[in-house]
Amino acid sequence: MNLDFTPEENAFREEVRAFIAENYPADLRKAQESGQPLTKEQYLSWHKILAKKGWVAPSWPKELGGTGWTPTQKYIFSEELAKADTLGILPFGISMLAPVLYTFGTDEQKKKFLPGIYNGEVWWCQGYSEPGSGSDLASLKTRAERITGDDGKEYYLVNGQKTWTTLGQFADWGFFLVRTDQNAKPQSGISFLLIDMKTPGITVRPIITLEGGHEVNDVFLDNVKVPVENRVFHENQGWTCAKALLAHERSGIAGVARSKRNLQKLRQIAGTERSDAGGSLMGDAFFRRKVAELEIDLTALEFTELRTLAGESSGKGPGPESSILKIKGTEIQQRIQELALEAVGHYGAPFLRDIGHNAGIGPDDARGLAGEYFNGRKTSIYGGSNEIQRNIISKAVLGL
Amino acid sequence: MDFSFTDEQSMLRDTVASYLSDNYTFDQRRAVVTKEPGWNPGVWKAFAEELGILGAPFSEELGGLGGGAIENMIVMEEFGKALVVEPYLGTVVIGGGFLKHSGHAQAADLIGKIIGGEAIFAFAYAEPKGRYNLAAVSTTAKKEGGSYVLNGHKAVVVGGPFATHFIVTARTAGGERDAQGVSVFIVPKNAPGVTTRDYPTVDGGRASEVILENVKVDAGALVGPESQAMPLIEKVVDEALAATCAEACGVLRKLHEGTLEYTKQRKQFGVPISSFQVLQHRMVDMFIQLEQSISMTYMATIKLGDDAERSKAASAAKVQIGKACKFVGQNAIQLHGGMGMTDEMAIGHYFKRATLIESAFGNTDHHLARYEFLSLGQAA
Repeated sequence: MNLDFTPEENAFREEVRAFIAENYPADLRKAQESGQPLTKEQYLSWHKILAKKGWVAPSWPKELGGTGWTPTQKYIFSEELAKADTLGILPFGISMLAPVLYTFGTDEQKKKFLPGIYNGEVWWCQGYSEPGSGSDLASLKTRAERITGDDGKEYYLVNGQKTWTTLGQFADWGFFLVRTDQNAKPQSGISFLLIDMKTPGITVRPIITLEGGHEVNDVFLDNVKVPVENRVFHENQGWTCAKALLAHERSGIAGVARSKRNLQKLRQIAGTERSDAGGSLMGDAFFRRKVAELEIDLTALEFTELRTLAGESSGKGPGPESSILKIKGTEIQQRIQELALEAVGHYGAPFLRDIGHNAGIGPDDARGLAGEYFNGRKTSIYGGSNEIQRNIISKAVLGL
Repeated sequence: MDFSFTDEQSMLRDTVASYLSDNYTFDQRRAVVTKEPGWNPGVWKAFAEELGILGAPFSEELGGLGGGAIENMIVMEEFGKALVVEPYLGTVVIGGGFLKHSGHAQAADLIGKIIGGEAIFAFAYAEPKGRYNLAAVSTTAKKEGGSYVLNGHKAVVVGGPFATHFIVTARTAGGERDAQGVSVFIVPKNAPGVTTRDYPTVDGGRASEVILENVKVDAGALVGPESQAMPLIEKVVDEALAATCAEACGVLRKLHEGTLEYTKQRKQFGVPISSFQVLQHRMVDMFIQLEQSISMTYMATIKLGDDAERSKAASAAKVQIGKACKFVGQNAIQLHGGMGMTDEMAIGHYFKRATLIESAFGNTDHHLARYEFLSLGQAA
């Protein structure tokens, strides 16, 4: 057992820290702090800077643009990004689709799609969930039938509805799960299609979430023609791609580094807020106790994640234990949001998210905390709800 | 022991419930709260004229229905079920409470105006650095001849944009958090020197920052004894706490019922998700929280007249309700899955109201500390 970083690793940390300090766009920082929804360009600006540096996809194979870093280096990198409170890299292309493409795609598909993902030129969205499916993803109903087009080429004709499509309003392309065999068992009749979002027949409709934001969408597909060569892997075997992608979606969901950063922010807020007695809220026994318990919980999660990482670097893939990271990670994220809202007392009440002219009401720290708390309830629901994660552990780990 | 309601009380509940089911559906409410002015003065007029409920807790001599705290509880619970934003709490419970208990010279006149729907009150007690301590008052009121001059900043005054009058706590003596030295004033919103910044709150309500700059009011604006108003403030806030707990019971009931309904019709893996034992147990725990909350609300409401027990009972109820709001609210969203995250469904709106109720007039920690102090003594 040795938990110290080597001098090389410490030097690497310094290099990363310096790069962020010198290159992180000031206007993006300002936009993040304003609490206003970001534009498409703002979302992509940091991505493009990291891409230029060669650091945007540390997990990819080295020959495709990966960094070749050790798991420890990757860990240090993500920790420094979190400490500096940078915008996260959108996962849809880099960490969800790309691994499917370089594992299951044809050479042509890799050549066509990976560069756009890497450089941040093409915005991808995910077409997995459907109104009736949810955590029972294999029950999806969107149909794709083979047809021959007027041009004599082979197409899929896609009809159905997808939902919870995150940031789909900005997407250029989407990766979709569709049913290509109506008679097969649920998991075996599914195919994985790449669809140009400009294809006629696609409608994207906003879903406004309870905190008032527009982050997710319904996507309607009405006789959408998709060239057969945009199918990844074999027909009816898309579930293999889907599972691989879901495993990638769940790894990194613990968000330890971000939670550490947000806990730090919580302490700052509580340090400036006053308690009932008039001192700092961090001096209030009840509040201190809750922050302390949270820190301990987060430490336990951090070391559980480190053990998982160590297992991965010694060749073991992320097993069903990664469900622990999803459950505890999201619970801790929610608990930090809850305490931050609690810390600002009465000033948790103003609804300020989209209302520029109400700047200056209450402390700046309080801005958006209620929205983050309400929006944060999604984390224990998405990516396989925490109830489903517990089922996975009980079946796959405990053998129940 | 008797937990039953009188015929008049049952009738009051039916009247309010039936009016709201006709005039205050979720869609009707949404249409009102999403645009200015953020409430429906027509509904307020109906409360006053058609239903007469703005007189529910006032004596018949004053023109009211002769009720009290239990009538407030009944009204507020129904309001909770419909997510009513109109300012019954600030006006009838709090404004009316200060007037009733203070022996104020204009009490009869102003209560008459409350009952008639003409006078609308908002309670300006919180301050930016005061947290939930009612005595943390740095707003000052200086006596000048026959007048008082008020200066200060009141934070997150709920219902402020709708009000005609503010009930303002201000310091006439003592230091920033001294219980001694706090006084209460009625300040007309249109008094020179009063400015407000109005904004929506996350639960669909409206609030104001109220700035008082050399606001001159005459001596008659003082409510209760000068500098010795803390017992009066505590009494009225305890009544407001009980009424807020009653509102929470309505909100919690809808969160629980809505979740039961949804899980019965939502299918996953070929069966309704309500058939999963883990969800059944969760909904049982939500139900227990709801029933415990109703019990505590009754208890606190009944004890409002008992000065020795009142504050302890109100804080105990608020602790239970605070925990229930969090547990029932969060689980209602979780069990609705993605649908619970949408603005379109009512459930999220109940959750948001539950979240603000949890911190209204002090959060769970505040009331646990107050309960410990009152029940176990400071040295505990």
